[in-house]
Amino acid sequence: MKAVFSADLRRRVEDLAAKYPSKSAALLPVLHLVQAESGFIGPDEEESVAALLGTTPLEVREVVTFYTMFRRKPVGRYHLQVCRNVSCSLLGGDAILDYVRKKLGLNVGETSADGRFTLNTVECLGACEQAPCLMVNFDHYGNLTENRVDEILGELA
Amino acid sequence: MAEAKTFARALGGEGGWSVEAYLQAGGYRAARKALGEMTPAAVLDEVKKANLRGRGGAGFPAGLKWGFVPAKTDKPKYLCVNADEGEPGTFKDRYILGHDPHLLIEGTLIAAFAVGIHRAFVYIRGEYENIARRLEAALAEAYERAFLGPDVFGSGFALDLRVHRGAGSYICGEETALLESLEGKRGHPRLKPPFPASVGLFGAPTVINNVETLANVPGIILNGAAWFTDQGLPTDGGTRLFGVSGAVARPGVYELPVGTTLRDIIFTHAGGMLPGRRLKAVIPGGLSSPILRADELDLPMCCDALVRAGSMLGSGAVIVIDDRTPILDVLLRVARFYAHESCGQCTPCRLGTAWIRKVVERMASGGGRPGDVDELARLASGVKGRTLCPMGDAAAMPVLGIIQKFRPELEGATCRP
Repeated sequence: MKAVFSADLRRRVEDLAAKYPSKSAALLPVLHLVQAESGFIGPDEEESVAALLGTTPLEVREVVTFYTMFRRKPVGRYHLQVCRNVSCSLLGGDAILDYVRKKLGLNVGETSADGRFTLNTVECLGACEQAPCLMVNFDHYGNLTENRVDEILGELA
Repeated sequence: MAEAKTFARALGGEGGWSVEAYLQAGGYRAARKALGEMTPAAVLDEVKKANLRGRGGAGFPAGLKWGFVPAKTDKPKYLCVNADEGEPGTFKDRYILGHDPHLLIEGTLIAAFAVGIHRAFVYIRGEYENIARRLEAALAEAYERAFLGPDVFGSGFALDLRVHRGAGSYICGEETALLESLEGKRGHPRLKPPFPASVGLFGAPTVINNVETLANVPGIILNGAAWFTDQGLPTDGGTRLFGVSGAVARPGVYELPVGTTLRDIIFTHAGGMLPGRRLKAVIPGGLSSPILRADELDLPMCCDALVRAGSMLGSGAVIVIDDRTPILDVLLRVARFYAHESCGQCTPCRLGTAWIRKVVERMASGGGRPGDVDELARLASGVKGRTLCPMGDAAAMPVLGIIQKFRPELEGATCRP
């Protein structure tokens, strides 16, 4: 069954589609908008996006499953992604990940029972001069220490 | 060597990112000169003379790339700014996008004028959402002042420039995957030829340039090709934004002439090693560039010297590895990354990277077996040169490099009781 999008979202989708030589080229930006509103992109959202952009649900799913930032399930209010690539690991990224895991009582990929936190690892975030780093939703935090992690989580609570 | 620097504003963060600050620093003079006093052919000629080499990874001269676009075509031509910046260790374009977005807009404008392009996109990696917003604000300023739009500077030249966000995919930094992604599809690289200059975005002739490459264009137009080649080396001119990360005292972005040695970058500019750590190895140009040992630090950082040393300058991202770090740990990050990012289209890459990861993860968890290192070399050689796009090589080269430079340590790790 098609997901029902708000009038505002439908208008923004139409605006975006008009900016490209072909409507379906707006798929990635449109999926970002849908995910921002719905929290994730499930089969119902895929169907609605396909109808709005004149493509098929299958083509939408191909894209949703290809790109790591698109989620097929909801995540917590705060999505923590800890970098695990070389520059961060050289400066203790693994220890930071362990600390966050213990502090939140979550394994990688899990969401807290109260729906507040989801913990994941991520590949290089492009902030290597601030290693080790993590992202909470779209905000970057760098030069992490255990104290800094305490502060960040305290601010989110 | 000239003292002039192209990116000093962005690195210092002084003056802010607004159009007023940029104009106060002399911004948009180069674009006014190009559009008002020069022909497109003269602009192209100047950039060709400067031999501006691509700053994204491949080092291909930008002027040549522009020259491949047919002058006469019945299709609209496109310009794509590659702001995907996914190569691990790389963060330099973030500085330009975030601190000096008008420098990029001006460079893009001049490039579009030289090639006769009226529609351009900045493809920015999805994780840079906050920076994409900043860039959009800068674009709005540029439209407001008619530095973009249907009649730029009242010259009659039109350019439409928009931001397009990616969604988390390393392969979309590969230019044909970027085009697919911009068209709303999975980022599956295309078979080349045809090259994007003839069949690119929506099947039309397309130029794709890295952010830093385009940000070099205003300086070349304003000061001339000789000014550019005077900085750096005659065949590889200008400065580069070297992004230094890892076990150094002062990680960051350093704008230095092409040809500066690794030793200078690390020990003079980045403050040397962190206290108590010794340099063991350097990844000189982003994760895919083959690793160098501590005795190779006197290499000048330019495209050709790095290739001669069996590595590459790539994105100029210098990752400094210290003696506390087991080389197997570096290999583990490399192996996981490429297995995660393979788009799956070509079998050697899809399966090869997965098998490399399996073997390395087993080694890292203490289950190494005699012959594992040879097996890894065999697997990596089976990926290299056997894929549609350069990602196969990007995945294989660092594995082969680590084996070549650190075989005894790796074999020691596999034989642990």
